[in-house]
Parts: sequence; C-alpha cells; structure tokens
Amino acid sequence: MLYLLLAMPFIAALVVAFASPLQRRAIGWLAALVPLTGLGMVLAQSPAVLKGEVPRAVLPWLPQVGLMFDIRMDGLAWMFSLMVLLIGTLVVIYARYYLSKSDSARRFFAYLLLFMGAMLGMVLAGNLLMLVVFWELTSIASFLLIAFWSHRSDAREGARMALAITGGGGMALLGGVILIGRIVGSYDLDVVLASGDLIRNSEWYPYVLGLVLLGIFTKSAQFPFHFWLPHAMAAPTPVSAYLHSATMVKAGVFLLARLHPALAGTDLFFYVVSGVGAVTLLTGAWLAIFQHDLKGLLAYSTISHLGLITLLFGLSTPLAVVAGLFHILNHATFKASLFMAAGIIDHETGTRDMRRLGNLRRHLPFTSTLAIIATLAMAGIPLLNGFLSKEMFFAQALEIEGHANMRMAMTVAAVLAGVFGVAYSLRFVHDTFFGKGPRAVEGDIHEPPRWMKIPVEVLVVLCLAVGIVPAWTIAPVLHTAAQGVLGAKVPHYSLAIWHGFNLPLLMSIAGVVGGVLLYFAMRRLLDLHAIVRGSLGRRIYLLNVERLYALANRFTRAIANGSEQRSQLLLVLVAMALAGVPLFGSGALWPAALPSLSSLPLLGWLCWFILVAGTLITLSMYRYRLRAVIVVGVVGLMVSLAFVYFSAPDLALTQLMVEIVTACLMLLALNYLPKEAVPERSTVRRWRDAAIAVTAGGGLAAIVYAMLTRPSSTIAGEILARSLPEGHGSNVVNVILVDFRGFDTFGEITVFAIAGLIVHALLRRTRMAPEEMVEGPPMPLPMAADLSQVLFPLALTVSIYLFLRGHNAPGGGFIAGLVLVVPVLLQYVIQGMERVERVLGIDYVRCIGIGLLIAAATGLAPMLLGYPFLTSGHVGPVLPVVGEVPLASATAFDIGVYLVVFGGAMLILSTMGGIRPSLLRKTYRGMIQRPDPAQFRGRRA
Amino acid sequence: MEIALASAIGILVAAGIYLLLRARSFDVILGLTLLSYATNLLIFSAGRLVPGKPPVLRSGIDPTLANHVDPIPQALVLTAIVISFAMTAVILVLAMRGRADNGSDHVDGTESKERDR
Repeated sequence: MLYLLLAMPFIAALVVAFASPLQRRAIGWLAALVPLTGLGMVLAQSPAVLKGEVPRAVLPWLPQVGLMFDIRMDGLAWMFSLMVLLIGTLVVIYARYYLSKSDSARRFFAYLLLFMGAMLGMVLAGNLLMLVVFWELTSIASFLLIAFWSHRSDAREGARMALAITGGGGMALLGGVILIGRIVGSYDLDVVLASGDLIRNSEWYPYVLGLVLLGIFTKSAQFPFHFWLPHAMAAPTPVSAYLHSATMVKAGVFLLARLHPALAGTDLFFYVVSGVGAVTLLTGAWLAIFQHDLKGLLAYSTISHLGLITLLFGLSTPLAVVAGLFHILNHATFKASLFMAAGIIDHETGTRDMRRLGNLRRHLPFTSTLAIIATLAMAGIPLLNGFLSKEMFFAQALEIEGHANMRMAMTVAAVLAGVFGVAYSLRFVHDTFFGKGPRAVEGDIHEPPRWMKIPVEVLVVLCLAVGIVPAWTIAPVLHTAAQGVLGAKVPHYSLAIWHGFNLPLLMSIAGVVGGVLLYFAMRRLLDLHAIVRGSLGRRIYLLNVERLYALANRFTRAIANGSEQRSQLLLVLVAMALAGVPLFGSGALWPAALPSLSSLPLLGWLCWFILVAGTLITLSMYRYRLRAVIVVGVVGLMVSLAFVYFSAPDLALTQLMVEIVTACLMLLALNYLPKEAVPERSTVRRWRDAAIAVTAGGGLAAIVYAMLTRPSSTIAGEILARSLPEGHGSNVVNVILVDFRGFDTFGEITVFAIAGLIVHALLRRTRMAPEEMVEGPPMPLPMAADLSQVLFPLALTVSIYLFLRGHNAPGGGFIAGLVLVVPVLLQYVIQGMERVERVLGIDYVRCIGIGLLIAAATGLAPMLLGYPFLTSGHVGPVLPVVGEVPLASATAFDIGVYLVVFGGAMLILSTMGGIRPSLLRKTYRGMIQRPDPAQFRGRRA
Repeated sequence: MEIALASAIGILVAAGIYLLLRARSFDVILGLTLLSYATNLLIFSAGRLVPGKPPVLRSGIDPTLANHVDPIPQALVLTAIVISFAMTAVILVLAMRGRADNGSDHVDGTESKERDR
C-alpha cells in the first residue's frame, strides 16, 4: 500500500504525459483522482499512526552505499502527506479551470504529478539519501513548473534562478547528509534521529549543521537566499498556490523538523536558525508592503511566514516546535487560498497589479469575501487559524530562557512582524477590494466558474474551523505530528482561543493597531503606488552568473582559442609532461647493472635501417603526398616484418592487410585533398616543433629501453595454461580475443562499426570537387580483369580458411575479414563500382548490423542459461567422413567479428570511392574554385 | 635488439609528433599513422622481444612462458591495428569534408590565421 501510494503520482504522470492532448477533461479527472486516492490511502493508515505506530516498507536500492528505498510514515510524514495530497487535490481541480485552451494540459498535469510524487517521496523517506534524491527531484519538477510558460523570458529566468539556488542548496545538503552518515554509520532515519548526541558532540557538527542548513535555507527561501521566490511567481498561479504555499518551500522547514532531534539543542543551532528566521521574518514582511503585484506581495509574505516557522524551530523548545508545526499547516491553508484568489482576480480582470485594481467587492462579491477572510487569517486576527499559531509564537518569544538579549530582540521582532503583517494584509485587502477602481481593465468582470471557487471555499472553511474550534479539528493532527518530531517529549499545550488577558494578547492588539496606523500613515505620507523597488538579491545573482560565464569563456579561450593546431601542440606538451614527471621524478630510469642485450641478426638490422630511412624520408618529403603515402607503406611493411621476427604471426598478417587497405584509403582521399602542401613560412615554428618532437621521441625511446631491459611480470602463464582446456583453442591470441577478453573485442568491433557508419554518414550525400577526373567509363584492363577473376575465388577460399583455422593457428575473424576485402577491392578497381555492387549485391551497412547482432547474440545466449555475458561453450560432434568437428561458441562470436570487419572496411572504401563530383565547385591546382554565380542562378531557375 | 627497437620507436614518435604539429590536415594524418606504428610497437614490446616462440600451442610442448611469448600485448595490439585503420578512415573523411566545406585544408579550417602569425 505504501509503495502504491508513492508510485501512483509517477505512474499517473507518465500516463498523462502520453495521453492524447484532446482529452483535457479525462486528464484533469485522472490528475485529481490520484491525490484523492492517495488521501484515502493515507487516511487508511491514520488509526495506526494516531496510535503512535510507524508503518514502514523497505526495499534495497543501493545497499552498498547505504541507500535503501525506505518508506516510513511517522506522525510528521503523515501530516505532511495529508497536506501535500489535500492541497494537491484542490490545486488540480482549480488548475483544470485556470488553464486556458492554449496551455498544454497534459504537460502541466504531468509536471504537477511528478512534483507531487517527489514531494511525497521526500516526506515519506525513511533513509536520508533517499530523502536527498527526492529533494532534488522536487527542485527539478519545480523548475519545469515555474518555466511552464516557456515562451516568457521572466518565467525562464525565474525557473533558472530557482533551480540554481535550490539545486546548489541540494548539493550542500547531500554533503551534510553524507557527513551525518559518516558520523552515525547509517543513513537510516531511526538510527540518525536516535544519535543526536553523537552528532552534536562530533567535531564535524558545525560542518554538518552548516551544509544541512544551507539546503534548508535555500529551499525555504530564507534570507539571504529569499529572492528566488518572488521571481518564481512567473509560474502559473496554481503552481504558486501549490509549490509556494504548501509544498516546495515547506520542504525546507519539513527537513528542519525532521532532523530536529538530531541537530537541534546547541547554542550554534539556536543562534543561527532563530537569527536567520527572525531576519527573514522582518525582511519579508517589510518588503511585502511595497509590492504592487498581488502574487509578489503574497510571495514576500510567504518568505516572512517561512522565516517565522524557521525561527520557531530555532527556539527549539518543545512548545516552539509545536507552534512551528501548527503554523506550517495554517500558513498552507490560508496562503494557498490567497494564491488561488489572486489567480481568480488575474483570470477575471487580466491584471494582478494592485495599482490598477480596486473596489472588486462590487464586482466579485463572493471571491472578495473568501479572500478577505483568508487575509485576516494571514494577519493573525482572532477566530482564524493564523491567530492561534501567532499567539503561540508570541508566547514563546517571551519565554526564551537563558538568553536575555535574545529574548528582548525576539519580542521586539515579534511585535514588529505583527505590525508589518497587518500592514501588508491591509494593503492587499484595501487596494484590491475597496477604494476606487478597477482602472484600465478590459471587459466586464464576473464571478469565476463554480469549480474554481470550490477549492478556495474548502480552504477558507478550514481556516475558520481551525480558528474557532481548534480542539475538534486540528488538535489530533498536530499532536501526532508533534510526536513524530519530539517523540515522548510532547509538552502539554492548549489550543484555546481565549487564554485570558496576557502579554501575548497585548502584543497581538499592539500589532493590529500598529499595522493599521502604519498602513494609513504610509499611504498618507508616501505615495505607496509610486515606490518601485528592485531586488538586490536578483542583481547580485545576475552579476555572479555573468561573472561565471565570463570566467568560463576566458578559461575556454585560454585553453582552446579555435586553433586546432594550437590545441594539438598543447595536447602533446601535456602528454609529455604527464609522462615526464613520474619518469624523472622516480629517478629509476636506468637500471643499476648494465643489462645483457640480445643481438639482432643482420637481416633484422636491414629491416631497422629501412624502417628508419622510410620514416626520415617521409619526414623530409611529406609535402609531396603521393610519394609520402608509398614511403609510409614501406614503413608499415617493416613494422609487419618486426612482428614476424618477434613471434607475432597474427599481428604480422593483420598489419600487412591493414597496410594495403590503408594505402587504398589514402589514395582515395588524396583525390579530394591537395596533392602537395603549401610550403611553410615560419622557420621558428618548424624548429620549435622539431625540438618538441625530438624530446618526445628521445623520452619514449628511453622508456622503451628501460622497459625492455627489465624482467617482465605477467599473468600470461595462466592464460597460456588455460587456453586449451578452457578456451578450446591453440592460438592463444585468438582465444584471448574471442573468449578471455571477448567483451573487450565486442566493444572494439562496435567502435569499428561506428567508424564505418560515420564515414558513410559524412559522405553519403556529399558532392565534392575531385582534384582530377577521368572522363568516360573505366579503362579496359583485360589481363588484370582475367587475373582478378581467377584470384577472387582463391582469395575467398584463403579468407574462409584463415577464419576457420583462426582458433588454433594464426588467423581469425579480424584477419580473414581484411583478407576478403582485398580481392573485392580489386574487383572495384577493375570492373567499376556500379558493376561490382550490382553483381555482389552486398549491403555493407546491413552486413555490419548482422555481424554485431551475431556477436551480441553469442554473448547473450549464455546469460539465458545463467552464465555471465559471453561465456563460451564447446561441443565436438563427430560427423561421418569428416570426423570430430570442434565447435566453440566463440567461433560464432568470431563470425560476428568477421562480418563487422569486412562490412566496415568495405563500407568505408566503397563510400569513399563513390563520392559524386560536385556540380558547382571545381578544383584547379589544389585550390577550390568558388561557384560561378551565373551557373548557380541557372541551376536555381 | 633492445636498442634497435627502442631507437626505431623513438624515431617514429619524433617524426609522428613533428607531422602532428603541421598545419595541413593530410600531414597530420601521416603523423598519426607513424604515431600509431610507434604506439603499437610500444605496447607490443611490453611482452618483451622473443624471436621464434609464437603463442600458438603445439602438442608436445608445455604451454608455459618458457616456450611461448606473452600473448596478451599481441591481442591488444591486434585490435589496436584494426581500430587505428578505422580512425584513419574517419579523420581522412573529416579532412575531406573540412576542405570541401571550408575551402582550405588547414586544420584550423581557415587560412587567415596562418598569415596573421
């Protein structure tokens, strides 16, 4: 049941996201049904939770790091779930009528449900890491919701700001949670909450507290991070009603309550949390007076109330905690209804600007009444819920023990907050519903549809019910939630309206009188409507973002200024430094004793000479490219011979084949590149590069020499011993490729296939100007044609032979695939591309695909039998006449390799050979001529 | 033969890096080809230089390191050779497209920078 409760919003979000956009009604119903059902499920758990039990469901998620999927519903989680789901239901109903036809309902509701799920997951988390995961998810979902009207730049900016700040806080929170995990040794909430003393006495406590509070303060818009909240008002109003009254911003104070037993109780906690709370309370309330936008005023008021809640948790006495929880509930109810009312006003008049509104009680009598009642709750007037929690706050401020100065400051702050609160509430009511107006509003104003008012009515009735008969309505909920935070330490408290004439009541009266006086005085003395305040926080934020961009740009420019040549130089230098530092740092380059060197036969020295000479010749005439390609080929042949001499027949064969194919490739490419390079002008640069090159070459030669003169330590003995009994092959290199390291090979053929497809994709539709073009059909070459006809079946046979014996003798998929390329290539040269492709009819792309599929299938087949990926099997059926045929499943894998190598190489070569000549551009002496405009116009016409 | 191989690799690397630092795309590709020879030889030589003992098991000879050369670097180099072919193909095509689209075979994609310096 708990799983279903949490899974439901996410599943519904998916369903809604993929629903037909035309079924707006069905989407709305589904979206409303989810929180309603959820509400039922939570209520079904109530008897247990009210009795003090904690329903729980645990699944391992990443147990290695202590992350469990742990749903745990204690009193606090229960209260928050109720709030999230109840207000969620009302918001969905409201949004259903608020969204206009042009807004995408499914996108909106999908985001909203995603957010609801994230919020539920966070409050129900029984594991701190899981809590952080859902915490981040709420940030992301809120980003999507704030930017719902993505065509508006203020929505995008507000969403980015909210994400940057709450996301940054989330990062800090993760750090704090990991530290807690280190201290406690577990992320399990029960363990953490029981280890309060351990955490508080740890030397890491200040860091833990700082990081966790950073997360809380950013999320709950506490000073100085409060500025993102007013900018998030660019969101559609239902989003504000949900996120910015009851859920998103409450996530911070929720965590404050959640971790209260683990973190609270120190002077540091007391001063920081209550201090920040008090500053936020006053700043928010003061700034709210100067807002002209209805939602802006509500946003600053929210900041102020969140400050109050933070302050209460900072005071840390059990009664303050109860008051904090109480105010969370009260604020959610009256603020959500006020946001909805603001949305109705916006909806009906087309503006939220209080300077243009006024006298709406004549036009919207019913809505006005509801809004005025909710505003009175916000101001803390008796008989409404806001009054009760405010009284509790006043009482707590007066009872701070042991910090005399703090008590004084808090009492003053409390009265001032009361004054400001009444003032901005009065402004909200007076400017909107009374006075003259509305001005410059289009169309006639009338009451909204029935269902848009119902959510507001429900919430206002709740405000009244809690305010008048608290003991019958809210008391059990509050008691259960307080138990969730305080455990057995829940104090005795009374939720009555009348406590007699006492100091808190006097403070309330002072607040109301002061607020009324302040508002009318300000109206009289200052022109409130003319004051426009910018947001300092926003300016600093934008400045920082700009600075960050500038820094990033400067860094990028310093590293990569767009010159590839320079980047390559840097790359080489960094690589040299990375190799050089350990090399010379360790000082172990030269062995102590003179090593015994093996001698090389004369033939070997001849090969060495050809290799070195070839390299130097390449270097001296690299500008004449045709010749350079041939000389490089000679160098490659010598490398191949080196492999022959040093006992690597497979490598020698592969190198030989690749050499042939690479030469063809380069010659094909040279038809589209200048045949000669322009001479270089800068002698300095050439000498500099030569110096770098010689240093690198010398260094690497030293490394190789040092390595070769040391004894080797290798696991090869094991592999040699196991090759035959376990890999069923005598050619150990091939056994390693297709069996021991088969997964590696699978990756490599995938890379090869991708390379082939890249070439195909880059050249398939291009037209290029060749350096030279031979007109007419291919030159007839009768002798060569005949020869190649004979050669082709022969080469095919050799290829298959090499493939089949590959497991036991030099050969295998790589080599056989390349061997097959050569005769096919010959056919291309002699018969022309079109004819060969017509006769052979091979689709190389498909060939690659089939090869990869075969390789993957042989890898996956053992998994069906319960073995790891690419486990090889072996059978030896005895056939008549032929005798025993050794068949390893690795052979099937090798077929995949074979097909991919052949298909990839042929795809590359045939695409490069089949480039169509450009119609517009021609090359002349190595320069591409610009298209002739006349010709261009002719083609267009 | 240790000296021969070390010096050959060193020369290949030096030539490769010098060409890698040139301005024209094809020269860079030639440099990469030489560098890949050098790299393959380097990895290969990690198995040490043993003539006449290929890692192919024959009946009657013990499958031990005394009778066979280390096969692991060979397996690594074999795929490296094939991959370096694929890599050469991709950068050749990039060079071709770069020149066709930019009108210059300078690796920076434009001629002007060369003249500025």
